Amino acid sequence: MLEITDLHATVAGKAILNGLTLSVPAGEIHAIMGPNGAGKSTLGYVLAGRPGYEATGGAVTFDGQDLLGMEPHERAAAGLFLGFQYPVEIPGISYLQFLRESLNSQRRSRGEPDLSGGEFIKLARSQASLLGMDTEMLKRPVNVGFSGGEKKRAEMVQMGIMNPRFAVLDETDSGLDIDALKAVGAGINRIMRAPDKGVLLITHYQRLLDYVEPDRVHVLRNGRIERSGGPELAHELEREGYTEAAA
Amino acid sequence: MTAPFPTRRQEEWRYADLDALKPVWEQLAEPVTMTVGAGEELEEIWLPSSDEVQLRRIRLALGEGAEARIFALNTAPVYGRIELEVSLAQEANFELFCANIGTGLSTNEIVTTVKHAGGRGRSRQIVRSVLNGKATGSYLGKVEVARGAQQTDAEQSVKAMLLDRGATANCKPELEIFADDVKCAHGATVGELDPMQLFYAESRGLDPASARALLLEGFVMGLWDNASDPGAICTAARDALRRVV
Repeated sequence: MLEITDLHATVAGKAILNGLTLSVPAGEIHAIMGPNGAGKSTLGYVLAGRPGYEATGGAVTFDGQDLLGMEPHERAAAGLFLGFQYPVEIPGISYLQFLRESLNSQRRSRGEPDLSGGEFIKLARSQASLLGMDTEMLKRPVNVGFSGGEKKRAEMVQMGIMNPRFAVLDETDSGLDIDALKAVGAGINRIMRAPDKGVLLITHYQRLLDYVEPDRVHVLRNGRIERSGGPELAHELEREGYTEAAA
Repeated sequence: MTAPFPTRRQEEWRYADLDALKPVWEQLAEPVTMTVGAGEELEEIWLPSSDEVQLRRIRLALGEGAEARIFALNTAPVYGRIELEVSLAQEANFELFCANIGTGLSTNEIVTTVKHAGGRGRSRQIVRSVLNGKATGSYLGKVEVARGAQQTDAEQSVKAMLLDRGATANCKPELEIFADDVKCAHGATVGELDPMQLFYAESRGLDPASARALLLEGFVMGLWDNASDPGAICTAARDALRRVV
């Protein structure tokens, strides 16, 4: 479903990804773990198309389409979702308006009709309540005044509303207390565990993987995949650290 | 009798489009006086017209404990000027929420003089400008605190967003304070849209033009949050933004 082949990328002229190759078939959840500075967030940004994160070599295809040739909004419309490590605040625009316009923009690109106001509110309410988020919060400006944990929960509400085909989740577990971690884990399973969907879960720690069991675990280091294995690899990393496990 | 035609040497007319103003000066010159009696409240929403030149000159007197809240949209196609001279008696409260939205070669400006004559008064002026092309948007705001107007709380917040290199924002807060126990805050920024906000919106599926429009809407629309019936000014501001983005 997502095929990354020999990907090289630079940020501000500095090489961060150095020949990363990775394949996530439909129906699977893959975890990417790695030390600070390994290039994990850069990978997420390159996949979503953040300006300044430049792919200088290699290829990425999403369902056979050339992902790197697409604009960020086209990637979203194709079904790619990036869960941000640091969700962005947008004063003056309510979450409801932001998500409704975003979703309808995606739908128009796919040739689907807009959701009406009523249909959208219903969808937003149900997704918010499934993630244990107060619907009133969706009337507030995007992420303004939200705690770190609330922002991450809101990212998952967004994912539930967008219902993407592939999600790249960048440290969605950081800043969460145990209850929120469980809710987010359950959200990922509910929204993304499906035969025609895929997930790339970027994380530092094993703990989210207790709730979302990955099919494969990859260790990213120095801008490339250094090791891959089954779920047991995450436990080994947790026990022994990245340096030991790599040896 | 018509007031003498202004010149650019007068500070408060420094950025004005006097050529555009000249033909209509006689009809527009006289300021309108409004009074809010002690303890009374006033809310005004000033919508733009379709005239090429729009001039609004208001003298507003607030009695003791009076409150006035003004929401204004300044978006004339050629020259728009909102001029306000406000005097506040003791414990009066004045709030101005105003946007300049300009395109082409237009000049839109807000010129205020807020005089705190009595103690414990409060004034708050929030101005947002969105400008493209070679448009100019200005705010010249003078706050005067009289001797004895202790515990005055005056705030000026001015932000401008320039969408093209040729656009200009002028901002000139001015304070004249003759009391020693007062709070007069002013802040001004001129910027472009935040690239991270843009990327966030695009990553959710908005094309670049829609993402810019949405972010600009947020920048301006927050102004009308406290209006009792913001419908018309919201619609007018959205229409104006659509012409600019």
